[in-house]
Parts: sequence; C-alpha cells; structure tokens
Amino acid sequence: MKSLTSLLTLVILGLSLAGPTLAGGVDPTDFDDPVLEQRYRAMLHELRCTVCQNQSLADSDAGLARDLRRELRDQLRAGATDEQIIDYMVARYGQFVLYRPPLSAATFLLWTGPFILLLIGLVALYLTARKSRQRDEQPMADADARERARRLLNEGNDS
Amino acid sequence: MKRLRYLLPLALVVVLGVFMMVGLTLDPRRVPSPLVGQPAPQFQLPDLEDPARMVGTDDFAGEVVLLNIWASWCVSCRQEHPVLLALAEQGVPIYGLNYKDDRRDGLAFLGSMNNPYVWNAHDLEGRVGINWGVYGTPETFIIDRRGYIRYKHVGPLSGRDAQYNILPLVEQLRGESL
Repeated sequence: MKSLTSLLTLVILGLSLAGPTLAGGVDPTDFDDPVLEQRYRAMLHELRCTVCQNQSLADSDAGLARDLRRELRDQLRAGATDEQIIDYMVARYGQFVLYRPPLSAATFLLWTGPFILLLIGLVALYLTARKSRQRDEQPMADADARERARRLLNEGNDS
Repeated sequence: MKRLRYLLPLALVVVLGVFMMVGLTLDPRRVPSPLVGQPAPQFQLPDLEDPARMVGTDDFAGEVVLLNIWASWCVSCRQEHPVLLALAEQGVPIYGLNYKDDRRDGLAFLGSMNNPYVWNAHDLEGRVGINWGVYGTPETFIIDRRGYIRYKHVGPLSGRDAQYNILPLVEQLRGESL
C-alpha cells in the first residue's frame, strides 16, 4: 500500500513536471494567413523568455512570455519583418533574448569554444595514440637476449 | 621538462576552477539592459488614481527622475517601498509605473503605505513595460534631464543602493547641462 502511494506520488510529480512543456505556453492564435502563422511559430522558438530563462517563448507560460507573444502577434499583423521584430526585442532585452545570438566579438567564444575544445581533445588523442604505437613497435629485446631466452627454454640451463 | 607535463592536468583543473568560481558570482537574472544610454521610450497612460487624466514621459521635462516599475502583487515592491519614501523625502522625483495590476489592488497598495510617487501610470496590459524592457518587478530607471535612460536597477532597492548608487548618480546627472 505504502509503495503504491509513493509510486502514485512519483507519477503525479512526473506529470506536473512534464506539464508545462507539454501544455506549452502557446495561446490560441487567429491568424487568417497561414504564412503569418508559420512565421509566428518559428519566431516563438527563436526568442527566449527573459524571466524563465531556459524556456523559449513557445514553452513558457509566464505572464511576461504571454505579453511578448502578444507583442509578436501584433507586430506580425502590422506587417513587420522578422528582422524588425528581432531588432525590437534585442533593443529592449539585449541579445540575451535570442536563442541564437549573432557571431560577434562578445559571442565569439560562445560559438567557437566547443569546437576549440574538440580540437584540443583530438590533438591530445592523436599525440597519445602515436606515442603508444611507437612503444609497441619497439623490439622487446635485442637478438642476443632472445637467443639466450630460447636456450633457457629448450635446455633448462643458462650456460 | 618532462616532469612538468604531469602538472598540465593540474593547471587545467585550476583554470577550469577559476572560471567556475567566477561563474558562481554571476547572477544569470541580471540581464544587462541595452536601453541604458538610449532615449527613454515615450508613453502616455491613464493615471492610476484618476483614470481620466493622462500622464506620461512628457512630465519628466528637463528633470532628473526615477521611474519605478511596481505592482501590488509584487512582494519585493513592498519591501523596497520604505527606500522609495526616503528617496522622495530627499527630493528625488519618483514616478511610478503600475505594471499589470488591477486598479483597485494598486490603489489599496498605495493606501496602505505612504505614497512616494509624483504620479502612477497604469500599465494594465504591460505594453509600456515591454517597451521599457521590463522583465520583472520592481525595476527602477534613472532618466537624465535630456530624457535619456542612464541607469537601471533590477530588483528591490536597498538603503545601501539608494545611498551609494542612486543618490550620487542623481546628483551627478543634475549637474549635467541640458
């Protein structure tokens, strides 16, 4: 009984954690134009919710995210281009609002860092591998020593 | 030289450790505002206390002012309230933007404590808030005499913030020519 209760608790906990991502924060839209709708959906995933920082506008149900989505819809309806909307958001919330910040001096390390680390790793791997191969290729012992070993094995004495 | 190679992993760990230590001291919620140094976004909204009257950025005219974003549902706004009262007492004009709040709740908030604000604009839908890059309450902006945003504080103002950041900056900005 007790284990059943804890199992139930776990299930409920799991559901409540999954809830926000499943339900999403996407409110009903009433775009007449499917192209506009498409652009709206795409933009939602490009913009970050600034209060719930690891969610996009599409995922978040925070009040601010809802307001930003409304702003997004209004601007799309008013005929703004994607660039204009991005510029509007960046001017107010900074590049932080973008999930894919543009490559600039400030974000250079952010974009290239993983590849630099990968490169360092590959170089280290190559160097270690080469060294251990060199070790393997070295003859274990010289000819004299091998001859002596054979004699030892065959005759049992070392004279 | 060969022995030094064994120190390499240690050096890497130290470097990584320093990065992580610095990371710990950073607050990811402090999103720097790109609006600092920009002209304050203009707005005109109904007054919280008298909806028939319109108030807005035009009223700042040539003065160094504070714009404080608050709401009755915001607990830390209540916490910062005494600091705002003290600032107002020292002659700093504080304007309020009542953000996404029910008018009655906002008025009850003001009624329960002394009122440090010159006026409060009622931003029921939060549109002005978005235009000002607001992402949480309370936030406090300092606007200079030319109408440029010069400083943004996120979170409740403490007495220390007021004394060491806000007041000196207000003094300095007052000294700037128009």
